[in-house]
Amino acid sequence: MLAGNYPSALIVAVGNVHGCLSPVVEKRGSNMAGLITMDDLSNDEIQSILEDAERLLPVAEGKIYLPLLQGKILGNLFFEPSTRTRMSFETAMKRLGGDVVNLGDVKTSSVVKGETLFDTIQMVDGYTDIIAMRHPRQGAAQYAQDAARVPILNGGDGAGHHPTQTMLDLFTIKQAHGRLDGLKVILAGDLRYGRTVHSLSHALTRFGCELIFASPKLLRMPAEIVEDLTAHGANVVETEDLLSSLEEADVVYMTRIQKERFADEDEYTKVAGAYKLHASNLEGTKEDMIIMHPLPRVDEIHPSVDKTRHARYFQQAFNGVVARMALLCRLLGVKVPEDISPAGGEL
Amino acid sequence: MSQEHNMRRVTAIRNGTVIDHIPSGQAMRVLEMLNMNKTTSVPVSMVMNVPSKKMGTKDIIKVEDRELTQDELNRLALVAPEAHVAIIRAYSVAEKMTIQIGEEVTNVVRCTFSNCITTNLREPLAHRLRVMGREPLVLRCHYCGRPQDLEKLIGNLL
Repeated sequence: MLAGNYPSALIVAVGNVHGCLSPVVEKRGSNMAGLITMDDLSNDEIQSILEDAERLLPVAEGKIYLPLLQGKILGNLFFEPSTRTRMSFETAMKRLGGDVVNLGDVKTSSVVKGETLFDTIQMVDGYTDIIAMRHPRQGAAQYAQDAARVPILNGGDGAGHHPTQTMLDLFTIKQAHGRLDGLKVILAGDLRYGRTVHSLSHALTRFGCELIFASPKLLRMPAEIVEDLTAHGANVVETEDLLSSLEEADVVYMTRIQKERFADEDEYTKVAGAYKLHASNLEGTKEDMIIMHPLPRVDEIHPSVDKTRHARYFQQAFNGVVARMALLCRLLGVKVPEDISPAGGEL
Repeated sequence: MSQEHNMRRVTAIRNGTVIDHIPSGQAMRVLEMLNMNKTTSVPVSMVMNVPSKKMGTKDIIKVEDRELTQDELNRLALVAPEAHVAIIRAYSVAEKMTIQIGEEVTNVVRCTFSNCITTNLREPLAHRLRVMGREPLVLRCHYCGRPQDLEKLIGNLL
C-alpha cells in the first residue's frame, strides 16, 4: 500500500481512481495557504500586505530590530539558480528574528539521486514552518503546496509565476507613484519567457493599469496571456517600438533579452539593440516616470541611466526584502504592528 | 435506418452496459478510456458509423456481464460527453445513466505541457485538470495552469 510508505499523520486519505493511488495531504493548523500565483491574493489583501511592508521598512533597513518571527524556520528550496530571490528571502527572515535552512546545491542533494518533489517536500515540511521555492518545472509550486502542510511561497516555477517578485514590483510602483491604479506601464524585452512580466501584467490589469508590451516578434507576450488579460478588461497595446511610447509612460519595466533565444548572434545583436535604454533616451519623459528591472541586467539599461531620477532597479531589488518580510508574516499568521517605533528596539 | 435496425446489427445482451450516441469514429477511444482495449475478458461488441437521427452517424458499444460505474463513465466526458448509457439486466433496461463532468477531471489523463511538473510519472499526487468551460470542453492543468489541447490529451490517457 502506498499510504503505508508515508507517515500516518501526514497522509489522511488515499484517492483510488482506476488503480491510481494518490496521497492527499492535510494542512497544518491555522496557517494560511501559500502564495502560488497572484490569484491567491485579493486586491485588498495586496494593498494590506503592501501597507505592512511600508511599516516594516525601518526593520528591513536594519534600523529597528523586530523579532516577529523568532522561533520560526524558513526552508529555502531553490532547485535552480537564484541570487536576489534566495538572498532576500533569507535576509527577510533573519531581519525578523527567524532562521533559515537551505536545500543547498541541487547537484549534491537527494534530488540528484532521483527523489521526487513530493518526497523532498515531505522532508522539508517536517523541518520548517514555511517554504520558499524555485523550480525549473512549471506547476511545481502548486504541486508542492498540495504536498505540504506548511505554506509554500512560489519563487518562480518554469515560465509560470513569480508572485513574490510581483509583490515587490507593486511595492516599488506604489512607493514611487503613491498608487497602483490607472498607471501607464511599458513592459519591454523578453515577454515570452519572462515569468516576472507574466505575473506583473496580471496584477496590473487588476488595478486598471494601461499596458504597453514592447518586444521583438519572437519574444512577444504569449497569446493565451494577452487573451486572458483582455478577457479581464485590460487595455493592452503590443508594439515592437519601445522608444516611441516612453514619453507617456509612468513605469518602464525592462527585462533581459537572452542570446540563446536567437538562432544566430547577428539577429540577436540587431534585435536586442532596439530594447536598450540610454540616459539620452529619457529626455521628454514624465518627471516621475520610473525605470524598473528584475535584474540581472546585461546591456538593456546603460549605466548612464543609473544616476537619473528615473532609475529604480536597485531600490526595487532592496524592496524584495521588505515585500518578502510582509509576506512571511502574513502567511505565518503573524500580525505586523500598526506602530513600529524605535522604542526599545532601535539599533 | 431505424434505431431498431442499428441495435440488431449486434445481438441483444442479457446483462451488461450499452453505450449509445458515441460520436462517429470515437468508439475505439471510448474503449481505450475505459481501459477495455487490452485488459478486459468480457465480450465487447462495437458498431461504428451507423445512421443516427440526432447525430447523422454514431458508434455504439455493448459490454456484456459488466455494469460500468458512474466514475468509469465520467471518464468519457473527453470524447463522448453526449453518450447515452443503459445498464441491462435480463434483456431489459434496468437503469439509464448520463455522463457527468464535475469541476475537475482527476487521474484520467495527464497534462500535455512538456515542462509540467506532472511529466515526472513517479510523482504520486493525482493528475488534475480543472474544467474551465463545458461547451466546448475547456480544461486547464491544476498545477501548471496551461490550457489543454483535447486532441493531444487523448494520447495522455492514464
